[in-house]
Amino acid sequence: MLSMLGHFITLQRKAFFRSSSFGKSLALKLLMGFFAVYMLVALLFFGGALYFILRKLLPDENPMWVVSQYMVYWVLAELILRYFIQKLPVMDIKPFLVLPISKQKISHYILGRSGFSVYNLLAFFFALPFVVVLIMNGYPALNVLLWFVGVVAIALSINYINFIINKSNVALITIVGLLFVFFVLDYFAILPVTTFFGPIFHGLYAYPWTVLVPIALVVLAYFINFKYLVKRIYLDASLKAKTETAKTSDLTWTRRFGDIAPFLQLDLKLIWRNKRTKAQVFISLLFVLYGLFFYTQDMYVKMMPMLCFLGVFMTGIFLTNFGQFIPAWDSAYYSMLMSQNIPLRKYLDSKAGLITFSVAVMFFLTMPYVYFGWEALAINFGSAIYNLGVNIPVILFFGSFNKKRIELDKSPFGNMQGTSGTQFLIILPVLGAPIILFSIFYFFFSIEIGVLVLCLFGIVGLLFRKTLLDKITEQYRSRKYNMIAGFKEKDS
Amino acid sequence: MIKATNLSKQYGGQQVLDIETLEIPKGQSFGLVGNNGAGKTTFFSLLLDLIPPSSGEIENQGVKVNKSEDWKPFTSSFIDESFLIGYLTPEEYFYFVGDLRGVNKADIDALLAQFSDFFHGEILGQKKYLRDLSKGNQKKAGIVASFIGNPAVVILDEPFANLDPTTQIRLKGIIKELAEREDVTVLVSSHDLIHVTEVCERIVVLNKGEIVKDITTSPETLKELESFFGA
Repeated sequence: MLSMLGHFITLQRKAFFRSSSFGKSLALKLLMGFFAVYMLVALLFFGGALYFILRKLLPDENPMWVVSQYMVYWVLAELILRYFIQKLPVMDIKPFLVLPISKQKISHYILGRSGFSVYNLLAFFFALPFVVVLIMNGYPALNVLLWFVGVVAIALSINYINFIINKSNVALITIVGLLFVFFVLDYFAILPVTTFFGPIFHGLYAYPWTVLVPIALVVLAYFINFKYLVKRIYLDASLKAKTETAKTSDLTWTRRFGDIAPFLQLDLKLIWRNKRTKAQVFISLLFVLYGLFFYTQDMYVKMMPMLCFLGVFMTGIFLTNFGQFIPAWDSAYYSMLMSQNIPLRKYLDSKAGLITFSVAVMFFLTMPYVYFGWEALAINFGSAIYNLGVNIPVILFFGSFNKKRIELDKSPFGNMQGTSGTQFLIILPVLGAPIILFSIFYFFFSIEIGVLVLCLFGIVGLLFRKTLLDKITEQYRSRKYNMIAGFKEKDS
Repeated sequence: MIKATNLSKQYGGQQVLDIETLEIPKGQSFGLVGNNGAGKTTFFSLLLDLIPPSSGEIENQGVKVNKSEDWKPFTSSFIDESFLIGYLTPEEYFYFVGDLRGVNKADIDALLAQFSDFFHGEILGQKKYLRDLSKGNQKKAGIVASFIGNPAVVILDEPFANLDPTTQIRLKGIIKELAEREDVTVLVSSHDLIHVTEVCERIVVLNKGEIVKDITTSPETLKELESFFGA
């Protein structure tokens, strides 16, 4: 067993270092590593500070008791989070099926490996400093340590329970529903959910022997998974990727857009039929609410450059999210597009049209923010015009530097595929330029002039769009071989 | 006519293709044979301007392919599954290609009807996206898509690979029919010597990027090829 684990680890290491884009994406991996470390440090810090925060906020209550009361929310929230993000990596074991390794071992291997997943570390790193602080403050060490073991065991059982319920939407709806109902009951003091669940979780601390309950839960969940998995390590059972029934849509209404219609249809299908692009749309729509964080705070509502940031960001969210990966979205079949009878210009026109539509929609959705002052509306309008005129050509231009492949059907969460230094470079001119522009004219003149200048730039951009797109088309043509070669490289 | 002159392609100092001259007259059915790494796909990629030549040039009906895009309207191809759009159903894919080549839905439907035997009921009306079809069925869809819009030049890379025997035989029929037309130039590469000798009027053997044989197909061709590759 141990030597096999060694083999598996070696394989993982080789997969990492020998990936074809290793050198290129090393910087990206370092960056992600940095974020991971940052997250862990933040967790450690917050976990350590929690005791003092609670002491300060609720001086009359025992921090342990407060934490116990809210643990039910942690459990539900983590179940939901994992439902979306964490899948059992069954596909990785395909090559081992025909090797002389027993199915039990393979099952133990993937289940065991998931026990060390990052998601389990979250609870671990949060609870650890909290526990240390508790002990230093004179809490009984045995109780506290066993409570810690209990928390880690709960995290682990969430880990394994997630794999059991992962395939069912009913489970998800139930959990989300529970979370919502609990919260409402609690918030309106209809039923004190926290005081009901509080003692149950507090028991883990008060009666150390109860730590056996979450441990038993882990063992049980593990074995249910194990039994399930051993029976299903077949190509046609759990290892088979699910296929969805195709829904044909004719989208004839796009015909009215003339000769960009075929591409527009293709783009709409691209967006609706692939997980990652679909997620982009939902994320973009959600970001309409982003303004609420700022408009509701007096500190920001009078800070005009901040409002300009919001304007450019909210009306241009789809522009940046979707636009920055043009044409990588089409990377899987880019050589086909390039050898087909396709006017490159029409292809770009269609993308520009789609983004234009998104900017208009986002602007209309942000209109209610006029409630927080006419400035918000005026600035959002100026930003939208600027996005249309300037940022669309800019993002399309930068797109010609994309040469990293995107597999469309990969999960959208935490998926950095197709990301390279280019993406970080794009953000600067797209977001930074209009804010600086606006701020200068705002400080020297007024809000009105600032908005006017944004509009002016946008209108000039719109007037010259034809010329600009011609230039960009040339750029795509000259980068063609680079893109084709880059998009062919899989596994980025 | 397709004409390559002093055409070469290098990757990091390694010569993968070196053709002094190669002329393929209009209407010819042309077969390209060679072992792995002989340069078959490289040649097709150069012809489709998917990679730039290191030196020399290719003309397709008088159009220098890396200078102008005017060859695109009359040239069609299926190289590999990267020519398919995975999230479309086969029908949608055919209509999309039709849109690009100025063929309306009705004409596409008429064309597809001719291939119902070839499709064997596994392509049309399956409620499946192309990405969920088997490799062989994906290939069938890609090959038929390359016939849309009456192209004057059809390029098929390894069309027989991954197909079941019945489909291979039907495909041979289809390519032969296409090759008989005076106005259509068909370029096929294959590892299967029997198929390619049956289908093509002329066979060129590539070895390590160079043309080593240029044969007009006759009853002895298969033997000649077998002895060449067997040696």
